Amino acid sequence: MSDFVSDFWNLYVVVIVLASILACAVLLIVQGKATFTPGKTMGHVWDETLEEYNNPMPKWWSWMFVITVIFALVYLALYPGLGNYKGMLGWTSGGQHKAEVEKMDATVKPLFDKFMAMDVKAVAGDKQAMEMGKRLFLTYCMQCHGADARGAKGFPNLTDADWQYGGEPEQIKETISNGRMGVMPPHEQLGADSIKDLANYVRSLSGLPNDSVRAAKGKETFASAGCVGCHGMDAHGMQAVGAPNLTDKIWLYGSSEATITETITKGRQNQMPAWKEFLGEAKVHLLSAYVISLSQGAK
Amino acid sequence: MSGTKTTYNDKVVRQFAVMTVIWGIVGMLVGVIIAAQLVWPELNIGFLHFGRLRPLHTNAVIFAFGGCALFATSYWCVQRTGHTRLWGGPLIPFTFWGWQLVILLAAITLPLGITQGKEYAELEWPIDILITLVWVSYAIVFFGTIGKRTVSHIYVANWFFGAMIIAVALLHLGNSAALPVSFLKSYSAYSGVQDAMIQWWYGHNAVGFFLTAGFLGMMYYFVPKQAGRPVYSYRLSVVHFWALIFTYMWAGPHHLHYTALPDWTQSVGMVFSLILLAPSWGGMINGIMTLSGAWHKLRDDPVLKFLITSLSFYGMSTFEGPMMSIKTVNALSHYTDWTVGHVHSGALGWVAMVSIGSMYYLLPKLFGKTEMYSTKLMTTHFWIATIGTVLYIASTWISGVMQGLMWRAVNADGTLAYSFVESVKGSYPFWAIRWLGGVLFLSGMLIMAYNMFKTMAGGNTKDTPVIVPVGHHA
Repeated sequence: MSDFVSDFWNLYVVVIVLASILACAVLLIVQGKATFTPGKTMGHVWDETLEEYNNPMPKWWSWMFVITVIFALVYLALYPGLGNYKGMLGWTSGGQHKAEVEKMDATVKPLFDKFMAMDVKAVAGDKQAMEMGKRLFLTYCMQCHGADARGAKGFPNLTDADWQYGGEPEQIKETISNGRMGVMPPHEQLGADSIKDLANYVRSLSGLPNDSVRAAKGKETFASAGCVGCHGMDAHGMQAVGAPNLTDKIWLYGSSEATITETITKGRQNQMPAWKEFLGEAKVHLLSAYVISLSQGAK
Repeated sequence: MSGTKTTYNDKVVRQFAVMTVIWGIVGMLVGVIIAAQLVWPELNIGFLHFGRLRPLHTNAVIFAFGGCALFATSYWCVQRTGHTRLWGGPLIPFTFWGWQLVILLAAITLPLGITQGKEYAELEWPIDILITLVWVSYAIVFFGTIGKRTVSHIYVANWFFGAMIIAVALLHLGNSAALPVSFLKSYSAYSGVQDAMIQWWYGHNAVGFFLTAGFLGMMYYFVPKQAGRPVYSYRLSVVHFWALIFTYMWAGPHHLHYTALPDWTQSVGMVFSLILLAPSWGGMINGIMTLSGAWHKLRDDPVLKFLITSLSFYGMSTFEGPMMSIKTVNALSHYTDWTVGHVHSGALGWVAMVSIGSMYYLLPKLFGKTEMYSTKLMTTHFWIATIGTVLYIASTWISGVMQGLMWRAVNADGTLAYSFVESVKGSYPFWAIRWLGGVLFLSGMLIMAYNMFKTMAGGNTKDTPVIVPVGHHA
């Protein structure tokens, strides 16, 4: 596709670029023909002592100027530069990128094919695969999950045995490939008092200090206000919708009463981006295995 | 010129000259602080973190330090080489106080995060308007004075100052075009890649005109003056002047290699950047060759030491620049410390050194003295500044090339050999050296300030009479 809305602008660029380069050469040639009187001044004096010699321009300098002008013309014949003209070499930056990526992809394909043929758990036990997986993780994943994969507020720790959306190979692969949208709806309509009850109940579930009277009331609200719809009657959560287990000691946003109150009142929105298009299936396969390997042995 | 004592306006030169030193210290101090923040991240305290202070540093050194130096030297030069008093009445003090106000407003708004988000053009629209008013006044004063000169030929230094004034006006108006949505917030008139292109048309020409053409004007006055010898070649100054101001305008796209900018634009930017080599070097040759036959003066004249060293750094960075604009070199150097090193070899080695040399020439004359309070301290300043510059450039070159090589290193399995944070870790020792280089350069400025205040003490600030041009009979 042309970069120009009309051919006029194409022509405009071609003419003005060439004319400008040639203008540099003309300036040099015309001025080089002046009469020089080396060692003598131009005859003007400013501020008592300022004068100028009428020396010629250094030859080597003029040649350097000429060479750069010639280089410019040759370059613009070979490469894109003169408007729509593509250049004799047919080079484009997009083409260069594509060629480099394809070359690398072709080189590493046998290696990735080998791992693709193995199932995720087997790949997770392969030393070479896990070294590659770690490097991929450090390139693409560490920005959110951290170099040690322990996450941060709002970004899950991948080294424990707790899974928002499931820890089976297929589930992890799905998470990386297509991403996840985590939504906890806001519940401001319940009123501050009920929310405080709920927060105390939620804290009681994992054995944190709480107001037992409020916790008891909160338990009722938990059932009646619809919390059970996602988190389940037993508050063990539901991986199908990414609803966390509220009975363990793992907290995505924090366990203080204030933070839980904020979570219930305002809700939470979270996103794991989809990587399938960007990384391709083979890298997702390897990363899935690496993520599994991170929590092996974790309880 | 028949006996009436018309004098030069030295007051405004004196004001700008003193503020050059003051703002130099402030701007470089902020630079040292942000260099330290890179080495010791815990120094990023509250909102005074690297992101807020970095634009303060760049604005302070370019526009406060460099700007005051340009005002001082251009006002001095245009009067001396025009053999006339500065013209412009109340506009003259307005350029001084207006410019100081711009600097003050920048120092307040930038740390508060009030910014247009355009590099070297961060200041919000009300300040942009004030800049425009000051700059137009500057143009009226400068060209008005040129107009009433009493010699027919315009001295070469004034071509460069004049080109700088006109081009900076164009660049400022072009790039700062924005739609205000409130008193302190505006949005650029351009969008997407056009916005990026306009920004770097501005950004590169800020370097080309503000930091190169303007300071070449300074060089063309103070080098022959201090060396006591004629400029090497008039013809060379004609060719390199026109080629320089013409070619610089094209070079901006080399800041956007391998981006969404169309390939043809990148190529055009690259070839003009290469053509720029000879015009840039023209200034260096003319300056250094002016000293040929008087090299011995370098031995004990610290002003010449500063001026000639600045030309050497100028030549080095204007060779480096075209090389870095070549796409394949740029693929390695872009986004690394190499760029930062390149900029500082120009900023410390060229801009600061030529300004310091010129100020050491001016200050005693502005305070009715024959020389600075201490020549020895000037020489000390020179060596500290030179060592600081070399440490800064060498360390950022090494870390820059290292970063570039680490980022592109790929394993046989196609994965990146290093994660980003490993390149950060690897850069630490070089950032420490860079910080040390900055500390040295700043120390030199403090010595200069001491020397300046000692020179000022008991000084006489009477304006000096306009000199009758040679060969001009009343």
